[in-house]
Amino acid sequence: MLFHEVLIIGGGLAGLRAAIEVAEMGRDVAVVSKIHPMRSHSGEAQGGINASLANVEKGKEDSKEKHWYDTVKGSDFLADQDASEILTAQAPEVIFEMEHWGCPFSRTPEGKIAQRPFGGAGLPRTCYAADKTGLYLLQTVWEQNIKHNVKVYEEWVVLGLATEDGKCCGVVSMDFLSGELIAIGANAVIFATGGIGRIYANTTNAITNTGLAISIPYWVGVPLKDMEFIQFHPTSLARTHILMTEGCRGEGGYLRNKDGERFMSRYVSEKVMELGPRDIVARSIQTEINEGRGFPDGTVHLDLTHLGAKKILERLPGIRDICMNFIGIDPIYEPIPITPGMHYIMGGIETDKDGQTPMEGFLAAGECACISTHGANRLGGNSLLETVVFGERAGKKAGEYVKDKDKKTKTKALEDALKREQDTIEKFRKGGGEENPYKIKDELAKLMVKRFGLFRQEKDMKTGLEEIRKLKERFKKIRPVFGGKVFNLDLLSFYEIKANLDAAEAEAVSAIARKETRGSHYRTDFNKRDDENWLKHTLATYTPEGPKLSYKPVTITKFQPEVRKY
Amino acid sequence: MVEFRVFRFDPEKNKEPEFQSYEFDPYKGMTILEGLYYILENLDSSLAFRSSCREAVCGSCAMHINGIYRLACKTQIEILKSPITIRPLSHLPVIKDLVVDLTPFFNHFKEIKPYLIPKESPPEKEYIQSVKEREKINDWLDCILCGACYGSCPVCAQDDKYLGPHALLKALRFVDDSRDGGAKERIAFVTQNSGVFRCHTIFNCREVCPKDLDPTKAIAKLKLKAVFKKF
Ligand SMILES: Cc1cc2nc3c(=O)[nH]c(=O)nc-3n(C[C@H](O)[C@H](O)[C@H](O)COP(=O)(O)OP(=O)(O)OC[C@H]3O[C@@H](n4cnc5c(N)ncnc54)[C@H](O)[C@@H]3O)c2cc1C
Ligand code: SF4
Ligand code: FES
Repeated sequence: MLFHEVLIIGGGLAGLRAAIEVAEMGRDVAVVSKIHPMRSHSGEAQGGINASLANVEKGKEDSKEKHWYDTVKGSDFLADQDASEILTAQAPEVIFEMEHWGCPFSRTPEGKIAQRPFGGAGLPRTCYAADKTGLYLLQTVWEQNIKHNVKVYEEWVVLGLATEDGKCCGVVSMDFLSGELIAIGANAVIFATGGIGRIYANTTNAITNTGLAISIPYWVGVPLKDMEFIQFHPTSLARTHILMTEGCRGEGGYLRNKDGERFMSRYVSEKVMELGPRDIVARSIQTEINEGRGFPDGTVHLDLTHLGAKKILERLPGIRDICMNFIGIDPIYEPIPITPGMHYIMGGIETDKDGQTPMEGFLAAGECACISTHGANRLGGNSLLETVVFGERAGKKAGEYVKDKDKKTKTKALEDALKREQDTIEKFRKGGGEENPYKIKDELAKLMVKRFGLFRQEKDMKTGLEEIRKLKERFKKIRPVFGGKVFNLDLLSFYEIKANLDAAEAEAVSAIARKETRGSHYRTDFNKRDDENWLKHTLATYTPEGPKLSYKPVTITKFQPEVRKY
Repeated sequence: MVEFRVFRFDPEKNKEPEFQSYEFDPYKGMTILEGLYYILENLDSSLAFRSSCREAVCGSCAMHINGIYRLACKTQIEILKSPITIRPLSHLPVIKDLVVDLTPFFNHFKEIKPYLIPKESPPEKEYIQSVKEREKINDWLDCILCGACYGSCPVCAQDDKYLGPHALLKALRFVDDSRDGGAKERIAFVTQNSGVFRCHTIFNCREVCPKDLDPTKAIAKLKLKAVFKKF
């Protein structure tokens, strides 16, 4: 049986950053990733990563404390302030580290790291490398993994966790290229599995970002926190929902309705306009569309034409490529048709500020984790930051935790876990009827947009929950899975669809329960924030009958909740 | 209606690969990748292919489509003539259908020490790099490791030790970086037997690269640097 002291699941920014930390501590570490690390979703991030470097004139007055405050205010005061403090205080350090490792940031005329404005911050604080920041950061951490000779199990999919006496002791994984099921023992496991965008039909996320990222620990008793908070990005490209970075607006792009009007003035102050925080801008766009001021194809326009060719070619070349390749529009000359799209989960696997979950030996970092630094709404540019700051911290914590542990595989627990997955696969092989699993996937993704979108209300959400539960019943009657071993996409999809259904159910139950409006969770039937009753985190724990909810206080160390106005 | 003629090979079943045809109605704007998903989800659950980002940045989906290496996610069905013939990347072992074993491709990449070798110990803040210095590496940064160049290069086909366009491009990315101090060592490495001088300047890599990169030019630059010892 394979064994590593620390096993990291996920080869995106969070996982690879954690691996560097553990390797530097001299512990035996390996990464398991269902796709080659460089194919991870992190590589798609465009706009940038926040740190109060004060490198440009307009950002001279920036400070760690301002970044902290903006993050807490952006979170609608649901963020744990100790966690956001760590995030923002360590930001400059981790950006410099990335730069020292070779990340090719764009530069100011003085040769410093360039910064641009992003929504929800009064100053240009977002460090960028053209509109390919994620790709370059991912290259950089992968390069450091190569340098440290970190073992990566490429194209191995983790399907289950092994536990003994309530402690995590490894994973069950499938070598996707051979189809072999293999248990890997570990003294600590870190999940860095990313987001779950594909439970929504209108997501900006990669095809590989499914419910499996969080359902695997959920199934064995690790709670999911704040699942009702889902970020919708204001600007995703028509039909495909490929992201049009916030950098488009940061560089001066306008939003216009079918009358050519810059409608944001209706919703926020003239000073803020297109650079309001994401939840507010997304709802404003949706309101324009709902009230008949959108274009006939159900979009509004993101207009860059006044920026000029030079700026677009220099700062937003990737955006231009996407527009030309995917909808045949050149944004130098024509506006871009956009709608809001599901983008990010603020919630996820419950962890403390070192990435430790309630299960001993099991940690989480990156988008799959809820630490919670983003509370009810994440600011653009804070998520890449979270992956590296908390990837490093989780790595350090795991490295220390395993120091004086026996390097011995818990054979019995791993064999049991292996048997459990063999049984699941056997059941999939037999099938339960004739349902097409992909229909279930699509119906779920559509109903999530309709019932748990930008505007929510009790009746709709309850209908949505019933629909999810019906789909779960139908899933029991799916056709037999394709029986081949090698690169069996059908089998992976069965697991992912099962996981999507449970992740969606956790979100639905959490969302129905929260009877207030906060950040991204906007309820038309309870349209005010209610600090008296709801200044708390939701925890959803798996039971076969459905998620069981409990609550946990928010850590407030400095900023008292106030009205959130922009 | 469109017809996809897809290269099929299942090591558990076939000795020889074969082509299989699928017909369906594409919607407007449908890409080759979306077509492959349509087949997987509705017509044939045994089909194997790689994908992730669906927006031409992760490098998963390079294939040989109607005679040209392209990214399936970035290629619209309507611009191609039906039947559309889809094969995996060439001269890499096929694992199943459109999925090839990229191990040699990635191993070569790792050989060139694809990480910054700092020239000097890091300052307290960032290294100062002028806009001009940054511009110097701009053309070599965007490789998504899709393998299209490798699959299309006749030298890679003949010589499995040849480092390949992707690895050499990456080598230049560091040689040209004002923060990197490894130029001498890097040039020495890429000028050995299986390095830059194996390139016959056939330009295939430049032609196929879906990110419009120019590995041929990068290789030429490395050759010049080696000859004139200018780095
Ligand atoms: C289009 C887009 C643009 C964005 N731009 C920005 C931006 O400009 N700034 C910003 O701050 N944030 C941005 N974000 C958010 C940010 O990119 C993500 O939150 C972040 O990259 C997540 O990183 P991660 O390491 O947590 O996960 P990922 O990069 O998604 O990596 C997840 C990894 O887990 C692996 N994995 C998952 N499940 C399994 C399993 N069961 N077994 C084995 N491996 C598994 C995958 O293979 C993958 O390697 C953007 C998001 C999107 C969608
Ligand atoms: S150089 Fe171009 S073709 Fe070659 S691997 Fe990189 S992106 Fe693909
Ligand atoms: S799916 Fe990522 S490049 Fe095509």
